[in-house]
Amino acid sequence: MYIALKDLQEYYMKPGSISWGILFPFVFALAFMFRHGGLTTWLVPGMISLALFFGATSMSGMSIVFERRIGSFERLLLFPASYIGIALGKSLSSFFLGLVSAVPIFLLAYFILHVIPVHAILLVLAIVLASFASSSFGVLLSFIIKEPEQVMVILNLVRFPMMFLSDVIIPVSLMPHYLLSIVLIQPLTYMTEAIRYASTGSCDIVSPLAAYVVSFLIGLAFLLLAAYAIKRSRT
Amino acid sequence: MDECAIRVEGLKKAYPSGTIAVKGISFCVKKGEIFGFLGPNGAGKTTTVRMLVGLAEITSGKVEICKYDVSKNRKHVQRLIGVVPDISNLYSELTCYQNLLFSAKMYGVKGSIARKNAEEILSFFGLERYRDMKFKALSKGLKRRLTIAAALVHNPRVLFLDEPTSGLDIISRRLLWDELIELNKRGITIFLTTHNIYEAFNISHRVAVINKGKIVVVGTPQELGRKFSVKEVIEIGFYPYNPEPQDLLHSIKGALDVRRSNGYLELIIDNEVDALEGIVSYAKHKGLGISLLRLKEADAEEVFLKIIGERIDR
Repeated sequence: MYIALKDLQEYYMKPGSISWGILFPFVFALAFMFRHGGLTTWLVPGMISLALFFGATSMSGMSIVFERRIGSFERLLLFPASYIGIALGKSLSSFFLGLVSAVPIFLLAYFILHVIPVHAILLVLAIVLASFASSSFGVLLSFIIKEPEQVMVILNLVRFPMMFLSDVIIPVSLMPHYLLSIVLIQPLTYMTEAIRYASTGSCDIVSPLAAYVVSFLIGLAFLLLAAYAIKRSRT
Repeated sequence: MDECAIRVEGLKKAYPSGTIAVKGISFCVKKGEIFGFLGPNGAGKTTTVRMLVGLAEITSGKVEICKYDVSKNRKHVQRLIGVVPDISNLYSELTCYQNLLFSAKMYGVKGSIARKNAEEILSFFGLERYRDMKFKALSKGLKRRLTIAAALVHNPRVLFLDEPTSGLDIISRRLLWDELIELNKRGITIFLTTHNIYEAFNISHRVAVINKGKIVVVGTPQELGRKFSVKEVIEIGFYPYNPEPQDLLHSIKGALDVRRSNGYLELIIDNEVDALEGIVSYAKHKGLGISLLRLKEADAEEVFLKIIGERIDR
């Protein structure tokens, strides 16, 4: 928790976190809204999931890569903390930024478009799982990036294809059949499906249970892999 | 009495590339001492320290800190030690106080004690007036001192410092040396890694010299100075006048050379006892008085080069 609070103090106002974590998803949602027939009930869960995903991954990318570059990350390895504890701490700050990133989309969806979620409690759960999985993914991804200047380039290289291949803005029904297997291996697909079920009462491609369970499991798997990457960062 | 705060036995570090950075070194740092770990760049100093503090895997050998095996009790050992890396790497957007409080909490120091420790350590390093200033706004010297303060906020028993005064001006360096000596008087064992010979010889009780992954020698600065002394120098002043250098050179047993220096004479010798007897006899014989007689300590830099067996061709 101390690591998360420290990261929020240190990085929440960094341009990378603000521009790619908060502004980009919001502007993206606005663009769909102003387009004729734009931000539909179907699209709202995708936009929420996208905001969570971009927000959570941007923060960890900023903090870990920057700290590794200037040598601050190594300070964390000198404290009597477990590697999972460090990964969780790093993940938590990103988790909070993910939640913050989703707020403007909520405001757009529920106050302007009057999209009311079908299962409010499940929506909270889905958002928590999606933000957890995204932040852990961001922590893990940060260990393959060496330079701070590369952070957004590499993150976007990974995030943009996922955005188009995860039933976020393009329905699977409009995609060629052979892309379905790619959609099914995208973590973002399960996060979006969980949010979609809570918002609209139905999923597009997987069962609601699978959406929630897989979202949790991939979050956990990314967290464990991130802890392993932290351990491996000792030379 | 001579209990080891740090015990290192057969410590080795080999990288997958095949490079062996540390080649089975052993030493003991006694409780309560300042131990200088001296060596040229690339000698294996930093690799050794990283293994001692749990930042690098140990290939083989054993490290015990306060009797705890570092490989088996990493987290426990980390509670007992403070580590100051060679760069001032605290968090730039946090204030001095916030940085110290974060470190204290990460070491498991709770609420009011963490706050009290942070205030006390700010006061010890004379940083109270910078308490609410962001780390990024501090000067290089202040950043260094705060980085050291952050390693002490949980009251460690052993403090590791890697090149603590690197890049600091003379005044900041002297101030920091005084602070380290004061910390040591309070009972903290200090392991000081440096390539600065003067730093190691000035503040350490004992010095280990490492070169090419091996410990070359361990001893007090005085022992090393004597053992590896190139040639000793006696500074002499006679009154009412200084004799001709050549006359002195031929009259004193064991004298290798004599030169004039700042109104005195410098006698280069290889045996100080013979030389001192000779000087007294010479003065009596010539009816001269002695206004200055001083055995100059061997130059640390020359001693270091001799220890590591290298020479500089100018």
